Amino acid sequence: MVVDTTTCVGCAACVIACKTENAVADGYSRDWIFTETTGRFPDLAMTIQSERCMHCEDAPCISSCPTGASHYGPGGIVLVNQDKCSGCKACIAACPYGARFIDPNVGAIDKCTFCAHRIVNGIPTTACQDICPTESIHFGDLNDPASDVSLLLEEREHYTLLPEAGTRPKLFYLK
Amino acid sequence: MTLQEITTTRANHLIDPVLNVWHGEVALYLFLGGVVAGLMVITGLRVLRDPEAPPSRAFALLPWAGPILLSIGMFFLWLDLEHPFNAYRFYLAFRVTSPMSWGAWILVAIYPTSMLLGWITTPAELRAAVLKRLPLSRTIEDIGSWALANGRVIALLNVVFGIGLGIYTGMLLGTLAARPLWNSAVLGPLFLTSGLSTGAAFMLLYRLTDQERILLGRVDMALIVAELALISIWLIGLASGGSPARSALGLFFGGPYTAAFWTMVIALGLVGPLIGEALEQRHGAVPGRMAAILVLVGGFALRWIIVYAGQYAGWVSDLAAR
Repeated sequence: MVVDTTTCVGCAACVIACKTENAVADGYSRDWIFTETTGRFPDLAMTIQSERCMHCEDAPCISSCPTGASHYGPGGIVLVNQDKCSGCKACIAACPYGARFIDPNVGAIDKCTFCAHRIVNGIPTTACQDICPTESIHFGDLNDPASDVSLLLEEREHYTLLPEAGTRPKLFYLK
Repeated sequence: MTLQEITTTRANHLIDPVLNVWHGEVALYLFLGGVVAGLMVITGLRVLRDPEAPPSRAFALLPWAGPILLSIGMFFLWLDLEHPFNAYRFYLAFRVTSPMSWGAWILVAIYPTSMLLGWITTPAELRAAVLKRLPLSRTIEDIGSWALANGRVIALLNVVFGIGLGIYTGMLLGTLAARPLWNSAVLGPLFLTSGLSTGAAFMLLYRLTDQERILLGRVDMALIVAELALISIWLIGLASGGSPARSALGLFFGGPYTAAFWTMVIALGLVGPLIGEALEQRHGAVPGRMAAILVLVGGFALRWIIVYAGQYAGWVSDLAAR
């Protein structure tokens, strides 16, 4: 996934769309808007990031999971099999991005799935991407050099969050 | 003044403003796990060194405390699970990168090995009396005589699994790279050493012979010194690390856990009993229970404070929202 921070206005439609699409438990969210304002008034600059699970290539949540509930799904998406989850919360402690929570209705881990249920059913977009009024969210196959996301990363300057954590995140932000 | 303002719409009380996933149940389990590790290693080593010598009745029966204390600890650990009835899932998988998975399987191995050691060291007349009252006494007797014939192997397994248990309780936290206070390879040996020390202290609460008390007192002194050294190495590691590590160290140097750590763990739990035991040895007194109680309190405080303080420290410690 690629998020364009230059066009994102922080409207939080992605947050609401996700809650609706995935029936996320009350009081929790799988994605969220992070806003940082820096500078000296009146010369202020604002960075807005739509954040969620980074679907890391080397995901510490998966390596710390004792039951195999956390696993790599199709295309490297980080998924949780709630039937296998004991709610030990090791993955919450292992994740440097704070992307995971306990679904109080199930007692198991819940998190962003990159809308895998849509992808496997032939809908090639995520709910947050669909709703985005400024089309700041792009989703696709990073292994395909001709995909929208690959071309954006080819052309534009970008960054990932906490690269020093060594998890190789698969959510990229354009500057 | 330069402004830096951060807002987030993330709603997750388990993460914001600080990690908030593990509480007293986990601290108690880690403490009891350490005591059991200590009991297994000490009672196992005794059998290895001297398989014949009849120890005091208390020393002979103390291996049985292992499975009892472990069961209490595991019950509290089970209470911590958000999906407790999926606990059996631990035993449908083995995940080599997850210390928790290693721990779950070590716990399974500990029950038979510690109970067999208990059977070996239990006085023969007591064994006979118990057998009369138990169902399946023939099967138990068969297993028991096999254990008696293989005492050294069982004692050795107790030492091995005891060390495994002690180390894993520390590695459980130490392998979490996202939590800088915990993320130290020293945490494994530290928890093992603390476990051995609290195990010795737990034994000193019972009626042992003077000779056994003096030996355990000496062992405990050495363990406390080792523990102080390991804590120093851990803190030096944090002090010489990057900004998340140094920021985490601040929790014990002016931060919210300063008073608790230095009084409960260092002063009351380690230095106090060390001085007490040293005075006892120096004046030829038989070690009593006071130092042992302090060691147990300190060992519990160590687990409690590390569990809570570790959740206070994040990767980007000044930006908890991130």
